[in-house]
Amino acid sequence: MKKKKAASLEEAVSHLRDGATVLIGGFGYGGVPEHLIEGICGRGLRNLTIVNNNAGTGHTGIARLLEEGCVGKIICSFPFAAESVVFKDMYEAGKVDLEVVPQGTLAERMRNAGAGLGGFLTPTGVGTEIAEGKPEIEVDGKRYILEKPLRADFALIKAYKVDPRGNLVYRKGARNFNPVMAMAADFTIAEAKEEVPLGGLDPEVIVTPSVFVDCYFVTG
Amino acid sequence: MSQIVKIPQKQLLGRDQIAKRLAADLQRDWVVNIGIGMPTATLPFVPAERDVVFHSENGLIGMGPPPTREEDIDRDLMSAGKGPVTLIPGGAFVHHADSFSLARGGRLDCAVLGAFQVAANGDLANWKVKGASSGNIGGAMDIAVGAKQVFAMMTHVAKNGEAKIVESLTYPPTALGVVTRVYTDMAVLSVTPEGFVLEEVAPGLTAAEVQAASAAELILPDTLRTIAA
Repeated sequence: MKKKKAASLEEAVSHLRDGATVLIGGFGYGGVPEHLIEGICGRGLRNLTIVNNNAGTGHTGIARLLEEGCVGKIICSFPFAAESVVFKDMYEAGKVDLEVVPQGTLAERMRNAGAGLGGFLTPTGVGTEIAEGKPEIEVDGKRYILEKPLRADFALIKAYKVDPRGNLVYRKGARNFNPVMAMAADFTIAEAKEEVPLGGLDPEVIVTPSVFVDCYFVTG
Repeated sequence: MSQIVKIPQKQLLGRDQIAKRLAADLQRDWVVNIGIGMPTATLPFVPAERDVVFHSENGLIGMGPPPTREEDIDRDLMSAGKGPVTLIPGGAFVHHADSFSLARGGRLDCAVLGAFQVAANGDLANWKVKGASSGNIGGAMDIAVGAKQVFAMMTHVAKNGEAKIVESLTYPPTALGVVTRVYTDMAVLSVTPEGFVLEEVAPGLTAAEVQAASAAELILPDTLRTIAA
């Protein structure tokens, strides 16, 4: 069996490099891989593209990566939340690029990448600024725009339980973007609260199968 | 160009009064998405026995009211607006791609969304103010195009006096031709192929006053009702 368990936080995030596109799970407080983000802070990485629903909260997590100058671009659906104080200042100063994507399109672009598809037709954004520069295609009389898959170099995700193969289950609303992000990256790193022995997860309820997980770190 | 309109110098409905009126139109067994901001005020006015199933974009199907005890607040159980909620018995958790599949796929009977402007053809603007370099989309574009009905909930006129009920949008659109009804602090409007129909007015207001506060023609119904506030 392939060894996926990282002995330390440092080991778990050791592959990350300058210029990488990094998917980071979470929505609000739930499902945020706080340990993994903390693990890449202070490493002096540069020019990362970060994909998340938001653009950082307060001064920790993604906001700290921004403050440390690690981030060149953010791809998200809701950049200007009241708590996105660091991002707002940096965006206004022209220090970080932004791509705003409708939330469902963001999720589906990642699912598409994970599913090996070349894009999808969505009614979302038809007739809006989001459609600019994208082919519009009519199917059975209904208007759609072509959206492309969003593949990344890394995904940092948070799970509730992991087994030694890397199978994952989540907890309540902390599931959110994590399963689709796990699918969409070349190298997916999960942090999990608890590790269970092989066979300890009911195969009927595993949400992310181990094939999508390359490395995991148990936070306890 | 945005149009400045006349706000009547009278008592208008408060947020909870608009919410109460809107909640009365959420039907039994509907699946409903409630947007962030003003729309969240509708939740307490929907009686549990009506069994409306609330969808929250972050993967909650069957979102329940906030927990009553502080110790029951769970960071993994939050609304789209990041406030603590519960899950009703028989509720389910899904990931984001599935959450938006059900939205775009037509499983929402209704979405209640805030708005900057609503046009006479049902176009909705709620993500970006005019002239801004960017804005917040969140789930609004997917939910607005997918829901069978979109109820817009907003003040009738912007704080600066700009009309929000307009003939055609001057703000960047969120979705085209989606709004079916509008609930404001002055009136209830329906969006029809002929344009806005003024269904109900707030107590103490006249149809003429609501018309003067709108930058689109309002069609008067045979009987104009007063909102039960």
